Amino acid sequence: MNRIDQRFAALKEQGRTALIPYITAGDPSPEHTVGFMHTLVEAGADVIELGVPFSDPMADGPVIQKACERALKHGTRLSHLFEMVREFRETDHETPVVLMGYLNPIERLGYRAFAEQAATAGVDGVLIVDMPPEEAEELGPLLKEHGLASIFLVAPTTSESRAATICAHGEGYLYYVSLKGVTGAATLDVESVDRQLAPLRRLTELPLCVGFGIRDGASAAAVGRIADGVVVGSALVNRIAEGVDDTLSIAPALKEVLGEMRRALDA
Amino acid sequence: MTKFSDLTRLPDERGHFGPYGGRFVSETLSFALEDLEKTYLSLREDPDFQAEFDYDLAHYVGRPSPLYHAKRWSAQLGGAQIWLKREDLNHTGAHKVNNTIGQALLAKKSGKPRVIAETGAGQHGVATATVAARLGLECEVYMGAEDVERQKLNVYRMHLLGAKVIPVESGSRTLKDAMNEALRDWVTNVDDTFYVIGTVAGPHPYPMMVRDFSAVVGREAREQSLKQIGRLPDALVACVGGGSNAMGLFYPFVEDEEVKMYGVEAGGEGIETGRHAAPLTANAPQGVLHGNRTYLMSDEGGQIIDTHSISAGLDYPGVGPEHALWKDVGRVEYVAANDDKVLEAFRELTRLEGIMPALESAHALAHAKVLAPTMRTDQHIIVNLSGRGDKDILTVAKIDGVEF
Repeated sequence: MNRIDQRFAALKEQGRTALIPYITAGDPSPEHTVGFMHTLVEAGADVIELGVPFSDPMADGPVIQKACERALKHGTRLSHLFEMVREFRETDHETPVVLMGYLNPIERLGYRAFAEQAATAGVDGVLIVDMPPEEAEELGPLLKEHGLASIFLVAPTTSESRAATICAHGEGYLYYVSLKGVTGAATLDVESVDRQLAPLRRLTELPLCVGFGIRDGASAAAVGRIADGVVVGSALVNRIAEGVDDTLSIAPALKEVLGEMRRALDA
Repeated sequence: MTKFSDLTRLPDERGHFGPYGGRFVSETLSFALEDLEKTYLSLREDPDFQAEFDYDLAHYVGRPSPLYHAKRWSAQLGGAQIWLKREDLNHTGAHKVNNTIGQALLAKKSGKPRVIAETGAGQHGVATATVAARLGLECEVYMGAEDVERQKLNVYRMHLLGAKVIPVESGSRTLKDAMNEALRDWVTNVDDTFYVIGTVAGPHPYPMMVRDFSAVVGREAREQSLKQIGRLPDALVACVGGGSNAMGLFYPFVEDEEVKMYGVEAGGEGIETGRHAAPLTANAPQGVLHGNRTYLMSDEGGQIIDTHSISAGLDYPGVGPEHALWKDVGRVEYVAANDDKVLEAFRELTRLEGIMPALESAHALAHAKVLAPTMRTDQHIIVNLSGRGDKDILTVAKIDGVEF
């Protein structure tokens, strides 16, 4: 059983909601990333989404665009991410790690090489923002072959027939994008998200995790009541941006933000 | 070997041109694209829609555009006869308006009150702002900050037309970044906004749709050639950034195997310098950007490389997916023209024929200059003069050391 499935099974048993932080690998520079991952786990992360920096992150708002720019200034690329995950796995054998990003770096490396290297490094799942299931015919089976979960997005605009296709292909968990827009945008409307999750529950047993617009303990707790997991990205990346000139301050700041969410979710 | 007649049956139903094209977008946009595809496919065969499109092309754009025999220039080059397809004479001064007329009609049929566009040289932005003004649609145009600077005249034209131009400061501050920002806008405002893409790239159905709307250029040129030359031309030449004007000229000739085709990319400072915008000529690796798979200039880590060209309209790291396939099957030969040769051709046509071409179109002219002397005087080349050069006067003046 994949680490992601194990983690969600355990959470379900405990009646707890998954807390899934996102950070961009290599932000503000590569030597910090593994330390941040451990910090996130200490603060209560159940799954870590590790962003693969890309020069043209079309689905992201300014916060994550700038994070990509900082990471790319140091030349962070997939081979470094694999190295980071391998190092993280030296001491953490349990926390699932999901790579999240855009397709082109993977195209360039080659699908098979990507799947092999990611699995060897200790990655558990892959979420490619610009690859819907229809375009995953080649990569999907290779990921499966290497025990990597294909995680897909569902949006407020997703039709019911598309949602059925996505659910049929999805593994690990479904990432429900709570609002129309880019990452880091406005706050979300919990009631409307709740209404949209209901039909998905009828389509799939996969855990439903909600992202976009979660910025503090209160919004995390509100979403936690209706979802199996909450994803938080820009709120954390913002703290990294604030600490660029004083990198020692970043880990405590991440701990504070995520810790507040953990406490709110468990309350 | 692919039969060229098979090439007109693409894309497949999922928007693929062989290994290229497709619909690589974040989930929020999938519905909008499915919807657009459905709307377009139903209207494509609708005689009323076609009639409306044709009427606008005739009475608003001023079609058909002439096929002009550049006798003096041909004589000087001492080879094949050069004919110019005069898209520069269209309303708004470039081929781009053919496509924006079509997409604006679609926006109107879909009941969307707002249109957005990306633009490089500003020609597509102007063409979008123009049709938006005419139909009373709200219009916002994303333009790289560097392009805003080098295409000030077009920026002001859009402003006069009532559009809002939004300078994009991210990345390389050129066309690709404008497209990123337009996609971010669309994903946020997808309910009330129609995205008017200006080239034969982007997610399905855009490459197919923009091709179909642009193909009026080639249909006319084919007919005019038969009438004025008495037969089909020996060669077609057009510049390629995303590739809409080349696609528009070439597509109706695809099955005419005796007609050679040359797509001319921006060689910038030279392919060997790496400072260019010629993914096909440079054999860039396959990649995925802006919703489609194509030849794409990226580094070993898959990050998009900054491009360079004297012309803002060609300054793009990718190329339309159908061109990518045409390269692979050998239907079109893709070459590059460097900035210095482009300027030379710009000046030559202006002085010898009294026609000032856009710097984009001057890439095609630069290759015609190379090609014509290798051919006989009873052979014929059609060059797509895709736009007029008025917008480039400040750029050329700057090179000449002239300030206003």
